Amino acid sequence: METGRALPQSVAETGELLEAGDYVSDTALATAVFLSLKLGRPLFLEGEAGVGKTEIAKVLAETLGRRLIRLQCYEGLDVASAVYEWNYARQMIEIRLAEASGGADRERLGRDLFGPEFLIERPLLQALRSDDAGPPVLLIDELDRADEPFEAYLLEVLSDFQVTVPEIGPIAATVPPAVIITSNRTREIHDALKRRCFYHWVGYPDAQRELDILSRKAPTAPGDLSRQVVAYVQKVRELDLFKLPGIAETIDWVHALMQLDVVALDPATVNDTLGVLLKYQDDIARLQGSKAERILNEVRSELAAAGAA
Amino acid sequence: MNGGRLPENIMHFGRVLRTAGLPVGPDQVLKAIEAASVVDVADRTQFYWALHAALVNRRGQRELFDQAFHIFWRNPRLLERMMSLAIPTSGVDAGSEEAEPLARRLAEALTPQETGLREREGDEEVEIHAELTWSDREVLRAMDFETMSLAEQEAARRAMTKMRLPLRPVPARRFRLHPRGLRPDLRATLRGAMRTGGDFVALRRRRRLRRPPPLVVICDISGSMARYSRMLLHFMHAVTNDRDRVHCFLFGTRLANVTRQLRQKDVDTALAGVADAVEDWSGGTRIGASLRTFNRLWSRRVLGQGAVVLLISDGLDRDSGDGLAVQIERLHKSCRRLVWLNPLLRYDAYEPRARGAAALMPHVDEFRPAHNLDSLEDLAAALGREPVRRQEGVSEWLTRL
Repeated sequence: METGRALPQSVAETGELLEAGDYVSDTALATAVFLSLKLGRPLFLEGEAGVGKTEIAKVLAETLGRRLIRLQCYEGLDVASAVYEWNYARQMIEIRLAEASGGADRERLGRDLFGPEFLIERPLLQALRSDDAGPPVLLIDELDRADEPFEAYLLEVLSDFQVTVPEIGPIAATVPPAVIITSNRTREIHDALKRRCFYHWVGYPDAQRELDILSRKAPTAPGDLSRQVVAYVQKVRELDLFKLPGIAETIDWVHALMQLDVVALDPATVNDTLGVLLKYQDDIARLQGSKAERILNEVRSELAAAGAA
Repeated sequence: MNGGRLPENIMHFGRVLRTAGLPVGPDQVLKAIEAASVVDVADRTQFYWALHAALVNRRGQRELFDQAFHIFWRNPRLLERMMSLAIPTSGVDAGSEEAEPLARRLAEALTPQETGLREREGDEEVEIHAELTWSDREVLRAMDFETMSLAEQEAARRAMTKMRLPLRPVPARRFRLHPRGLRPDLRATLRGAMRTGGDFVALRRRRRLRRPPPLVVICDISGSMARYSRMLLHFMHAVTNDRDRVHCFLFGTRLANVTRQLRQKDVDTALAGVADAVEDWSGGTRIGASLRTFNRLWSRRVLGQGAVVLLISDGLDRDSGDGLAVQIERLHKSCRRLVWLNPLLRYDAYEPRARGAAALMPHVDEFRPAHNLDSLEDLAAALGREPVRRQEGVSEWLTRL
């Protein structure tokens, strides 16, 4: 019955699966994803903004042919917007109709008003329903933005994959969904939740991997430009900045440079486009001018040396 | 159980624990005697856990129980001897062969003084003589931590454990059923309608919840602050255990996160953990470098939800304020409210003119003393009020500079 692709059976297969979706992973990440899929436990991804945490869930859903259900967290996220809500308007019409037809029987009305047809399913409840392609991929994005009470609620859902609607009773998943939780670490997630998950810290990629990513995400960029950009960003990440550029910034920068018809980095262009790479004024001020040029010279000489060798 | 002396000893053991501050009542002693009767008392481990199960009911009591058990049951005579000879506290340490230093409260509990009364000296002064208590406390409250005697420090610490820091609650993005709320709660309304069968639907309302913001304490433990920081650690411990979302950091030359250590309920264990975790007690100060570490590694993790920051420091910086202005500005911009507690403010003529202090001054929202119990309570009152604008509390200082 399943039209979705079967789950990968090894770490290597997982890596290939992600790569098929244009996601370049390393062994550590592939292992974490594999274990999470194989053992049916949530995967907890933490890392700086723009390193591709959310992308993993999207790629998994796409390559496995499953439905992606995304729950974007925010402070005050409650059961009504995360799990289920009753359709009040329809309920009220139902009451009115019952009155009009004169059949307002308390027992029956109570049963009818809180039946499944009045239930609006929100992401967590939707994620418990499998479709033809198999169980969905549930992405709980930026959990650190939700408040602690919601985190506590998740504990129950993630350990039993079951939601209790008081008027209907427990609704359990026939097959648990693949769950990916991401966090930017703007606060610490409680140990009790982390304990139930496989944890992976998504860091910045090395030069080779970043180049690989760039060749997939910006395939039309000239090879020399990509190499320069990657080498430059790698150098910038060694600096003591408040916010280091992520992979998303690297990709953005290449796209920006291509729009400006730049085929090779030069000091003036770097200065003008630093705002794509760095998002704090202090950081930009530190880099702008002579420092940016010095890094560029280093990059050029290194690339020239590598090309000659 | 044969009639031996075991029940009696267990009773004495219970009394020792009670004196040391564990809430052990007669029913628990009976429970312990019963428990001991069904396990193999010759097996020390079994016996230990049997008593543990009966007498301990909180995680925080475990260390104290453990120490008391090993001293008492290794050589119960030691205790008897002490009872009769009233040997000084240090004798316990020597006789107990304990590698770990004995918890002070336990040492006091094992050293009998006057029978029938609680033996802690501070309590005698503060709690027993009612008429003296009042004036004692009055003096104590205004007394500078630095000039206190050991006994006075002890009493002040105890007063501090009862201290709370009620931050003014800020609106959360969550709602709760409330009879005078402004928004209708349809879910509750419809559920209520079920009871009447729809004949009569009463509108239920809800309103926004308020909750106190997170609190971050960054405390200077350098040499110049030594006397105060030790007292303030007790304050930090009390606040940490009072609520959730509190983070504590200490710095001298380096920054250390001691939140986990301070979460221990037992104050002695917590402070021992802190002492282990921190290596630069009473050394120099590098405020700028420490704040920089905080900004880089922690600010995004702990200030995310609009935290109130307490910076406790005398502003005397070994690096003479180099790079401090940038860091304190960044910190100020990332938090809801930045409160600077400075013990030096006890001198009326104090002016924040040292380079470190001058760099801090323009970027704080409140500038307050923290040298005695009164000043800490004033702080609580100040934080409970809603400020009209951010730097209201320091406007006078800023105009003077």
